[in-house]
Amino acid sequence: MTTVELTMGAAINQALDEALAADPTVFLLGEDIMDPAGGVMQVTKGLSTRYGRERVRETPISEQAIIGAAIGAAMAGMRPVPEIMIMDFLAVCADQLVNHAAKLRFMSGGRTNVPLTIRCLHTGGFQMGAQHSQTLEAWLCHVPGINVVFPSTPADAKGLLTACIRNDDPCVFVEPAALYGAAGPVPAGEHVVPLGQADVKRPGSDVTLITYGRQVHDCLGVAAALEGEIDVEVLDLRSLVPWDAEAMLASVSKTRRAVVVHQAVRRCGVGAEIAAFLSEELWGTLLSPVLRVAGKDTPVPYAKELEDFHLPSAADITDAVRAVAK
Amino acid sequence: MTASAETLLDMYRTVSRIHACDERLRNLLNQGKIFIFYYSPRGQEIIPAAVSACLGPDDYVVTTYRGLHDEIAKGAPLRELMAEILGRSDGTCRGKGGPMHISDPRSGVMVTTGVVGGGIPIANGLALASKLQGDGRVTVVNFGDGAANIGAFHEALNLAAVWNLPVVFVCQNNRYGEFTPLHETQRVEQLSTRATAYGMPGVTVDGNDPIAMYEAAARAVERARNGEGPTLLEAMTYRFMGHFYGDQMPYMDQDEYQAALAADPLPRFRALLIEQGHATEEDLAAIEKEAGAEADDAVEFAFASPPPDPSDLFEDVYAEVRR
Repeated sequence: MTTVELTMGAAINQALDEALAADPTVFLLGEDIMDPAGGVMQVTKGLSTRYGRERVRETPISEQAIIGAAIGAAMAGMRPVPEIMIMDFLAVCADQLVNHAAKLRFMSGGRTNVPLTIRCLHTGGFQMGAQHSQTLEAWLCHVPGINVVFPSTPADAKGLLTACIRNDDPCVFVEPAALYGAAGPVPAGEHVVPLGQADVKRPGSDVTLITYGRQVHDCLGVAAALEGEIDVEVLDLRSLVPWDAEAMLASVSKTRRAVVVHQAVRRCGVGAEIAAFLSEELWGTLLSPVLRVAGKDTPVPYAKELEDFHLPSAADITDAVRAVAK
Repeated sequence: MTASAETLLDMYRTVSRIHACDERLRNLLNQGKIFIFYYSPRGQEIIPAAVSACLGPDDYVVTTYRGLHDEIAKGAPLRELMAEILGRSDGTCRGKGGPMHISDPRSGVMVTTGVVGGGIPIANGLALASKLQGDGRVTVVNFGDGAANIGAFHEALNLAAVWNLPVVFVCQNNRYGEFTPLHETQRVEQLSTRATAYGMPGVTVDGNDPIAMYEAAARAVERARNGEGPTLLEAMTYRFMGHFYGDQMPYMDQDEYQAALAADPLPRFRALLIEQGHATEEDLAAIEKEAGAEADDAVEFAFASPPPDPSDLFEDVYAEVRR
């Protein structure tokens, strides 16, 4: 397979470009997405110039209207890709996402469906304060009817976004802003990563680190640093709904020790669900309780010293791995 | 555009079907044969009868929990509608939606929302799809006066104007938002004046007057169809049965309520058709009898339909069944 070195931002742009070229029902809508701005992070740069302002539509700062328009268009045969600039703003359009997009297939007994893909970025670590730094995937996972997708590499971002756009249900595709500039090999042309398939980013035999998004890289760093001491496997979930139960069970059945790592706050986070799942399925096999390394249960603070302390660190991950490996 | 005699009689047929179904549901509740929350459209029947007379089968409609009249007027099949209201497997939504969430895309009834104002932004999307696909459809979204105070209304009307969408915003102003009269919640005399703020025409019409309502709806639908953009159409009406059926309505102004009941739009419509020579007493009695028989048949069908099987629960959450 031919690959090209691309940043995650460029890989996402390529996935959108290819989807717009291949399928006339695909269109984008959102704030500041048209050229010359091309998106606040330039992820949609060039697309309005190439496909026109009908298919790459600028919107007012009206998140409810954006998601509502995407829902209606999706119900009528289109495949809209709305952008909600920052994940925190999903709160502004929660009614449209939670009460409508997620439920219309079900409430109509399958007579309607809503094939839309919401792209949003999440930050954290940029001193953007409490309203621009949250990681809110647990909210989404708690609402049946939504797919929740979280890439960690440029290749996965392209393949997962393509899968989301082709999926017949609402997807929320969360882009870790910290990874936009990180480059990696990306398959040229058609590339689809099916939802619900985790990826072993590093094999190991002693402890499984289960993670997704930006923390995949933190976990790989810790695993490398612990080489020779503890053999760590890093399992990247890639999508949280649907999730890859088999991959988690296969890995943890082997290592018998697991740590879940995510940037979102700890209380009722995805880590709690994974820990419960593993203890239900592997009770008696586990050599240690499943530990969680997560954001502390506070709003995300502004000052660098406070934010660093709030976020899960490599040291926190290392401590947890050592604790379960004892 | 003036309603022809034929159009007016079609509207009367629609009104009669709505009235027959509504009456049967209230009777079933009175008799203790069903136990549901029911938001009766009694008093508001003329509005969708007139609007739907201006629409084709392919046009889209979005409505709210007080939407039985809108759904029937758009052509949702009575049997499946009644079965859905009773939570049966042969319902429009196989018992998963219920009266607050009727969808019947075959008749163009796309969304019924239980969230005040929640359908307004979605109507824009349906209309946008029509514009992008060039299919010439018009989308009508119905909502109450209460919905005009939620943010989604303002966002959606602004966007519809900016994108010049083929959509008609029908505000069925029944003068109460849940248990509160509208003078407690707004300072403007007429909600249609808000249209100015978005750069679209705003029209207030007597929604209980079949001729005026038809003319206003026809103009708004024609505008949308011709690519001239959205209209906010405020149809003045009155809610006869309170917020939900069984509501004791202590918050209602009794003089106003009695006056509204005395001006019930249904007998007025009936008298008008006879006065203008469009129909005889016998013609209208025949229409009412046929509507009643259809409603009875729908109720019978609904009671005969089996409840959904619990195993159906996992279907329709996603395209594929996940457990």
